[in-house]
Amino acid sequence: MATSSPADACILRTEQLGRTVRGKVLLEDVSFDLRPGEIFAVVGPSGSGKSSLLRLLNRLDEPTSGTVYLDGADYRQIEPRELRRKLGLVTQRPYLFPGTVERNLQFGPAQWGEVMPPEEVAGLLARVGLKDYQQRNVANLSGGEAQRVSVARTLANSPLLLLLDEPTSALDDASKLGIESLIEKIVREQKLTCILVTHDKAQALRMADRALVLENGRMKRIGPAAEVLHA
Amino acid sequence: MLKLFFSNQLYLGLAQAGVAALLAMLVALLARRRGIHFEVETATAMVRGLVQILAVGSILMLLLKGPRWSSGLLLTAMIVAAGATSSRRAREMPDAFRISTVAIALGAGSMIAFMTWLGVIDTAITSLVPVGSMLIANAMNTNGLALNRFRADVLAHVGEIETALALGARSDDSVSPYVQASFEASLIPAIDSLRSLGIVWIPGLMAGMLLSGARPVYAAIYQFVVLAMIFAASGLTSLVSTLLIRGRIFSPAQQLLLQPGR
Repeated sequence: MATSSPADACILRTEQLGRTVRGKVLLEDVSFDLRPGEIFAVVGPSGSGKSSLLRLLNRLDEPTSGTVYLDGADYRQIEPRELRRKLGLVTQRPYLFPGTVERNLQFGPAQWGEVMPPEEVAGLLARVGLKDYQQRNVANLSGGEAQRVSVARTLANSPLLLLLDEPTSALDDASKLGIESLIEKIVREQKLTCILVTHDKAQALRMADRALVLENGRMKRIGPAAEVLHA
Repeated sequence: MLKLFFSNQLYLGLAQAGVAALLAMLVALLARRRGIHFEVETATAMVRGLVQILAVGSILMLLLKGPRWSSGLLLTAMIVAAGATSSRRAREMPDAFRISTVAIALGAGSMIAFMTWLGVIDTAITSLVPVGSMLIANAMNTNGLALNRFRADVLAHVGEIETALALGARSDDSVSPYVQASFEASLIPAIDSLRSLGIVWIPGLMAGMLLSGARPVYAAIYQFVVLAMIFAASGLTSLVSTLLIRGRIFSPAQQLLLQPGR
């Protein structure tokens, strides 16, 4: 049964979210609201719990304390596959499935028995700057191209929220700026809500409306990106 | 050569075992020079194997005088032991022992029961136990290979599996390429045995039948029957174990539990 959240205006809310594995605290007492249409950066050094937070939000791992509310409903009441479709995850390394770019884009909708028509695939690829890439084999893509395919593949599932886990950290500077502006353009155009995990404060400042700083799995600061990241 | 030094059959057998074990240890020591350490495992497995086969030989001698149902008891014990042995190849996998034992029981056990009922395997202890043990041993090897390969593949493809889950794939679908690869890889030895039968090797059972006076054509056909049974038992075992283990590496919320370092 869905539980109502007091903060109905927010699209997602975490409440004292935490995960401890064999006595080791990965994340503790993380609470924040996410407003529709905003880009929310989660910043912190390596091992601060940023990726653990995204894995909990996508429910790839189970929280050992607290929970997450999505549109006011406790996310443990939502079927995991449905939840993951709503919270589209783009990982640091684009794990593309063997075969063509088209097949990768069609993968998500196919999980629900939907066939993504070729013209929709072509349109989505054009939006991520990969016009006419449908029949390319993913084995022959550059790092930047592969990450663009990964973004398009996530978007093909029409998510409510985008969870970006260091999407540019494995790329060179040119590709990094390209992906960064692409994500920002898509998020703003489609009025998507987005959580961007990054260790790069400058990137968070360029892209995010608000930011959360994590240290050793705990919340250090939260607020408008410029205030929090310049503190 | 050894016969020149040993006239007593028992001593001769022990000397032969010693030479064979020495050669196996030499290979393990050669591997050690290349940084591959399995000398302890090799030595332990050889000592264990020798003790076990001597023990089973002694039990068989006793059983020959016992009732026929006692062979069922022995084969059941063999299935449990095979489940324990092959589950060790699947460390960190939840329920590996139970799954291995169930898979071997369904794969080898059902094949033994069915073929005995058909009369292909004689109910005499001297026939049922050796043929049954061949099926169980091969099912055990296949099961170990399947689980080992599945574990290695899953650990090597955690990123791909979780990407599929994140895109909404069912947990079973997210690992299906690795289930298929494990099944195929585990059956390579059984397929190669069938393919090379009579060309590369003449199995011991056929040699034994020839020595005991069976007609060569019947001995050859029966050997094929045994290998085909081994293939069927191994295939069924591998199918059951990979399908069962597939469900155990995920939580009820479809989270991948088998992760490196966890």
